[in-house]
Amino acid sequence: MPGEPSETKLYGRRAFLGVSAVGLSSLFWGKAAWEQLTRATGPLQAALPAGFVPSGWRIYTVASSMPQFDRKTWRLRIEGLVDEPQSLSYDELRSLPRAEQVSTFHCVTGWSVQNVHWAGVRFGDLLSAASPAPSASVLTFVSAEIPYVDTLTIEQAHLRDAMLAYEMDGKPLAREHGAPVRVVIPEMYGYKNVKWVQRIVLGDKLEPGYWEQRGYDVDAWLGHSNGL
Amino acid sequence: MTSTHGSDIRMGSEATYVRRFSRTERALHWVHASAFFVLLGSGLVLYVPRLSELVGRRPLVKDVHFDTGLAWLVALALVVVLGDRRGLRRTLRELDAFDQDDRLWLRRIPRPQGRFNAGQKLNAALTAAFGLLFFVSGLLLWYGERDNRFRFASTILLHDGLMYVSLVLLLGHLYLALIYPSTRHALRGMTRGTVRRDWALQHHRKWVEEQAPPGA
Repeated sequence: MPGEPSETKLYGRRAFLGVSAVGLSSLFWGKAAWEQLTRATGPLQAALPAGFVPSGWRIYTVASSMPQFDRKTWRLRIEGLVDEPQSLSYDELRSLPRAEQVSTFHCVTGWSVQNVHWAGVRFGDLLSAASPAPSASVLTFVSAEIPYVDTLTIEQAHLRDAMLAYEMDGKPLAREHGAPVRVVIPEMYGYKNVKWVQRIVLGDKLEPGYWEQRGYDVDAWLGHSNGL
Repeated sequence: MTSTHGSDIRMGSEATYVRRFSRTERALHWVHASAFFVLLGSGLVLYVPRLSELVGRRPLVKDVHFDTGLAWLVALALVVVLGDRRGLRRTLRELDAFDQDDRLWLRRIPRPQGRFNAGQKLNAALTAAFGLLFFVSGLLLWYGERDNRFRFASTILLHDGLMYVSLVLLLGHLYLALIYPSTRHALRGMTRGTVRRDWALQHHRKWVEEQAPPGA
């Protein structure tokens, strides 16, 4: 009733401060809690119809539009310190020995996609026809998305599960994932996994890639780089 | 409806109106609302793969998102600086304080409410906290791209999580303000500043009676 004396409590500021404190502290525990939760709800997610759960991918690009793949005109060039420069058509690339793997993709900004099924070519199989010169120590991946570029050392490219992938989850690589081919190196953060690769240049000097020119580490090992 | 007296009461052609929101309050609301929609739209383009592909121009969309975030803060600050600060402090005190009626109302026991009902008070507190958290996590995402001391593995999770929860709150808010018959008259208070007195008596009785006590 109006005028009835009643005890007033300052819940407004408590709600504000409480939610702010939980939110800010989640910067330190959010990811671990989220991983626990997704593990716990994994069976539930699997039971939901496909497409119901967000895939977890975010599409990062640096140019104003994504490159278009034209199967008829597309070529992958392999050049630089090689005895036999290559210009492979899409079909020629697909005829190289096929490798498959399931691996987790980690972005340096904190999101991950578990159990991605990749198919593609191991770098050993890809490079052998080009006969790299003994002095070649670095692979530079030039994207059709100009000016994106990044590098791997020859040793990194020969890691057991590094590949140039042309299929993801049983389908040809989609445009937003780098069609027709992208680098996959699960040991490193996503920015080393160059999309829309159109040229691989072998060299003996390492030039920092797109994000490395902007302060990210050249060797993007999971959990041991970029302050993470 | 025993009285139509009082300085805050106006006669309309069909009904009597009472002033619920000042210009400053309405300006704050609409600055926040319009910035939220631009941020949500540009944010979804950055976040949803299909939309990213469709729209492209990520660097531009990123700039729009970031600059809108800054413009939002600057505009809020301008409204506070140029507007009725004393009125805002009073509003803040109203939003902060939950009396016995508010606590019962939250337990779904119908009790007369002030100018803001308890749900609106909670929504205001959440909106303010979310504004702060969106801003901090957004700034960390921005600085994190430039300096790894600002890089936290959970920043993006916080920013996204806030988006999901705000989206739910926004849908509820829009439903009550635009669709639900008994509450949607409140929208008039946020556009023209006034609401029908009989409606206010039904939803915010304590406030109306405080202004013009029955039998005054």
